[in-house]
Amino acid sequence: MPMVEIAGKEVEVDEEGYLVDLSQWNEDIAKYMAVEEKVEMTDGHWEVVNFLREYYAEYQIAPAVRVLTKAIGKKLGPDKGNNKYLYELFPYGPAKQACKIAGLPKPTGCI
Amino acid sequence: MSEMDDMDEGSGIIKKFMFLNRKAPHGTVYALEGLEVVLITAAFDQDVSMVFTDDGVYQLIKGVDTKGIEVKDFSKTYRALDGYDIEKLYVDQKSMDARGLTEEDLIVDVTVLSVDEMANLMAEQDVVISF
Repeated sequence: MPMVEIAGKEVEVDEEGYLVDLSQWNEDIAKYMAVEEKVEMTDGHWEVVNFLREYYAEYQIAPAVRVLTKAIGKKLGPDKGNNKYLYELFPYGPAKQACKIAGLPKPTGCI
Repeated sequence: MSEMDDMDEGSGIIKKFMFLNRKAPHGTVYALEGLEVVLITAAFDQDVSMVFTDDGVYQLIKGVDTKGIEVKDFSKTYRALDGYDIEKLYVDQKSMDARGLTEEDLIVDVTVLSVDEMANLMAEQDVVISF
């Protein structure tokens, strides 16, 4: 699998650029992935990324977008738990892009 | 065309899918692969139920630690099923009894069914897939 150098450290990613070893994740890696995805990280982006990491720690999966949207709505309120808000932050798919930045695998049930 | 027809076309056909889990969680890939198929099926808005029978009941056991066998502990993922609108989880009474398990030992809320109840539930399904 490909190796990339992020902030002076060798990191293994899969063929789609997702981090292979979740435990290696840090903010530098998140920032690197964000640049790859052409996403400029704001507090709103970090909120979703951190939410996903918590979700993964609790359930051991990266949620499908529909599930992510609903779960965010429950935790952060309806003005954030909707497609419009999340697609504005991550135009190429909130689950796919935010998971990549959060160092998680590609979501299960992502089609 | 009426509004109802439009809606039917958009949503497609909903079938009753039952996923039958009969194997212990680790040692083979069946349990984990089965779980992934279930999550994907849910994305297609199907009527999904899961049944745990034989050693499959071990998939739902609480307090698992897989460090020693160096595999991912996906038992926590069963708790995410609710978020995927998969709420119909059934376990076989006989399989539970044979292994000295009760509902208290399981990581999620389940309905315990007798052999006859299980047979009726299976008869209602459009598709039964066994892992």
